[in-house]
Amino acid sequence: MLRLEPRGAYSRWWTYASPVLAMALTVVTSAIIFSILGKDPLESLYVFLVAPLVSSSGLPELFVKAAPLILIGVGLSLGFRANVWNIGAEGQYTLGAVFAGGLALAYPDAPALLLIPAMIVLGCVGGMVWAAIPAYLRTHWNANEILTSLMLTYVAQLLLIYLVTGPWRDPEGYGFPQTALFSMNATAPILVDGTRVHLGVLVALLAGILGWVVLTRSVIGFQLRVLGQAPRAARFAGFSQNRLIWLSLLTGGGLAGVAGMFEVAGPVGQLTPQISPGYGFTAIIVAFLGRLHPIGVIFGGLILALSYLGGETAQIDLGMPNAVTGIFQGVLLFFLLACDVLILYRLRLPRRAAGGA
Amino acid sequence: MDQVLVVSFILSVMTASTPLLLAATGELVTEKAGVLNLGVEGMMLVGAIVGFAAMVHTGSATLGVLCAMLAGMAMALIFGILTLTFLANQVATGLALTIFGTGLSALVGSGYVGTAVPPLPKLDIPGLSGLPFLGPILFGQDALVYLSIAAVFAVAWFLRRSHRGLILRAIGDSHDAAHAIGYPVILIRYLATLFGGAMAGLAGAYMSLAYSTSWAENMTAGRGWIALALVVFATWRPGWLLVGAYLFGGIMYLSLYVQGLGIALPSQLVSALPYVATILVLVLISRDRTKIRLNAPACLGRPFHAAG
Repeated sequence: MLRLEPRGAYSRWWTYASPVLAMALTVVTSAIIFSILGKDPLESLYVFLVAPLVSSSGLPELFVKAAPLILIGVGLSLGFRANVWNIGAEGQYTLGAVFAGGLALAYPDAPALLLIPAMIVLGCVGGMVWAAIPAYLRTHWNANEILTSLMLTYVAQLLLIYLVTGPWRDPEGYGFPQTALFSMNATAPILVDGTRVHLGVLVALLAGILGWVVLTRSVIGFQLRVLGQAPRAARFAGFSQNRLIWLSLLTGGGLAGVAGMFEVAGPVGQLTPQISPGYGFTAIIVAFLGRLHPIGVIFGGLILALSYLGGETAQIDLGMPNAVTGIFQGVLLFFLLACDVLILYRLRLPRRAAGGA
Repeated sequence: MDQVLVVSFILSVMTASTPLLLAATGELVTEKAGVLNLGVEGMMLVGAIVGFAAMVHTGSATLGVLCAMLAGMAMALIFGILTLTFLANQVATGLALTIFGTGLSALVGSGYVGTAVPPLPKLDIPGLSGLPFLGPILFGQDALVYLSIAAVFAVAWFLRRSHRGLILRAIGDSHDAAHAIGYPVILIRYLATLFGGAMAGLAGAYMSLAYSTSWAENMTAGRGWIALALVVFATWRPGWLLVGAYLFGGIMYLSLYVQGLGIALPSQLVSALPYVATILVLVLISRDRTKIRLNAPACLGRPFHAAG
């Protein structure tokens, strides 16, 4: 058996090497899973990881898929640093989409210059409202935010289904559970002609940079870091834990709401029950892969976006179920968490007992 | 005249409560040893599909149930290796286990959608099962229903009255002290985690083999998370788990029942009831901070690394 020996100090090198090692191990494990499924592992890896990038629309699509992951991931990374476990980002994303979508459906002819900013604000408010519930329950009633935020995800999904099958259903939609398509004015502007790269991609990158500034240059960022690394020190210093809980959840919820807004105003174009392939949960992995650092989250978002694109090409080219994406993501997080032990510990081979018989 | 209705109501509530009770009982033991495994939902889903597949291929319900338990344990083992050996963050690892389990079960299950299996056989004790009113309730369900209740009592006895149970609780409350006395902290945490996995796998098998007798993606629909909330609701006391699981089973059944009545309520509103109730119950219990602090294992979620 291997032994773990404390390093005594935090290894900066392994902080960055661990995600790389984890990704390498994930690729190897995926190859094994592919061959268990009876596919040629090398060809499968090519289809899953390389083919989506070399196709003509590959790179722009990667950014389109990464945008919601980065937006949500930046918010979550701030909270996770302070040990505030908002895992209901999926629900906050849904509420953001619902709030913004409601506005888009109510005022389809409003000028885009007013409508789009208003939708962004409402999307943000929607996500914040949904995140405020676990924040309130945690700070006032001590209820665990992990469970309450997750339960609210199910409620949000049911609310969305209710709206698109009931009051908001497109009367000309042949009974499909979906709203009318958003008007041109309510559609997120495309930034690069000939691609689907929309305003949300730019907003996501800006959120990453802004998050980095807040985390490293502001008092709030400092308080968040202290609360996560040394809760006792944070208490002695008089940082209000409740304020940081509210702040983490509202930031996470607001950004998730904006992500939901851009997804329905961009690639999806309407409200349907399938507005998210699990972005809110995948963003948790993005946050960890990005070392809970907003700039890292941008890279993490791009890598996890590849797993969605790869899942789609694998489905089309190899006839594999889409669930491969989930397995890849789960395995990646497993390896990442395991490799992170190297930041604080050294692996040592056991020493033979000296002397002995 | 209403007796038939009452019996059928009680039977349905028992069926809806059993998976919650099984999963929550396992998680309670895991948490009592100081390990917070948030991957219950993932372990249940993998248990559900593996049990279902084993049943389809062998035709044996016993084998199906056993395979589901083994699958749940295999998932729990992954969790154990990461958190107990590699000292990974337990919250994050639990989430990873659920993400992985959801994907894995969907992948394995894609070939089984639309297949149906016969339900688990009902106990049929001649003379007893035919008794009016009590017969069908006490003797007429499948064995897992009674096993889930027996497991609660067994766990309650184990934790409160047995020496090993005392050691397990000691490790959950103060791993450093337990280690200093010489108890194998990591080993016992592994065993408690595996027990939690086996029970979650069993709960999953109950979903796919008894509750619905078919497989559907994400069929546990948050029950693993509700089971986690039930452990808090019960403030880590097995007896209250029974109360909580049956309360929630009742709510789940009611939400189905109300939809069947055709009342002019949106069905989604009624479906949201169990999730909203979970939040309410968590709030009611958690606001009493002292009670939580007195009953929660003091080392819950904290990694242990023996120095030297």
